[in-house]
Amino acid sequence: MSTLRNHLPYLLAGILFGILLTKAEVISWWRIQEMYRLQSFHMYGVIGSAVVTGAISVWLMKRFNVSTRSGEPIAIQPKSFDKGIVIGGLLFGIGWGITGACPGPLYAQIGAGMTVVVVTLLSAIAGTWTYGRLREKLPH
Amino acid sequence: MLELLRQPWPWYVAGPLIGLTVPLLLWIGNKSFGISSTLRDLCAACVPAGIPFFQYDWKDRTWNLVYVAGIMLGALLSVTVLGNPEPVAIAPDTVADLQALGLTDFSGLGPSEIFSWDVLLSWRGLIFTVVGGFLVGFGTRYAGGCTSGHSIFGLSTLQWPSLVATICFMAGGFITTHLLLPLIF
Repeated sequence: MSTLRNHLPYLLAGILFGILLTKAEVISWWRIQEMYRLQSFHMYGVIGSAVVTGAISVWLMKRFNVSTRSGEPIAIQPKSFDKGIVIGGLLFGIGWGITGACPGPLYAQIGAGMTVVVVTLLSAIAGTWTYGRLREKLPH
Repeated sequence: MLELLRQPWPWYVAGPLIGLTVPLLLWIGNKSFGISSTLRDLCAACVPAGIPFFQYDWKDRTWNLVYVAGIMLGALLSVTVLGNPEPVAIAPDTVADLQALGLTDFSGLGPSEIFSWDVLLSWRGLIFTVVGGFLVGFGTRYAGGCTSGHSIFGLSTLQWPSLVATICFMAGGFITTHLLLPLIF
């Protein structure tokens, strides 16, 4: 039961996020095409306002020393830089343009009934596995 | 109220709520928002194959697998209880550009002429689902994150590597849209 109690908040947060992605239509291949053709502000508005809201809320949490639900101090994992950010970032971007979905929307598209995206997700898992397999040989 | 919720949500409502995911996950359990790492967790859980990159206790990260299960459920609720019968209102210029590439069916979340079981085994279907998916999984892990981990969490926490990553994501998408799509179609 403690597992359920520990995991329920993440399930609810995930449901909320899935609703947001779907109702904002950011899981639509059409919306991604509009974005990359600079023909609609929608995606830029969603991502831009998400970043601004996220940044303000993280700043407020630090400013007022907000701790986690269980009283721990907030710890933010640092992102380190290496060549993979550029090479991997470009490869992911090319894939994002093709599939019209980054990882979150892949899960959401399946839930929204695009069952063929199960194949895209399995292929994404295979891509991650291949990266893990080749990691030592790739430039970083 | 339900009628209002069934409409597509404008960016200025959905965007800020998506941004609140960052403090929400920090508050729930000090978690860094990031979806693509679940692909690594699934590798570690199912096919670790002795690869060092997958030798870690993925069970410590079940919260994120529960989270993505929630994403699927949320999407299901969105197309049923909160379902909008109208098609996506695509910008007319985008429709014209895609018609020029040969697409004719503009219903659904994406083109059925590309994403469906019927065309999966055609060369076009394989490129859009299998090759595209592979690049998403390979690229995100190589870059150490995706749109959620870098572009939303990383930028929200003012980390410059995430800004570089986001610029590269966008550059890749522009390359696909303007250089590769005309070749693939």
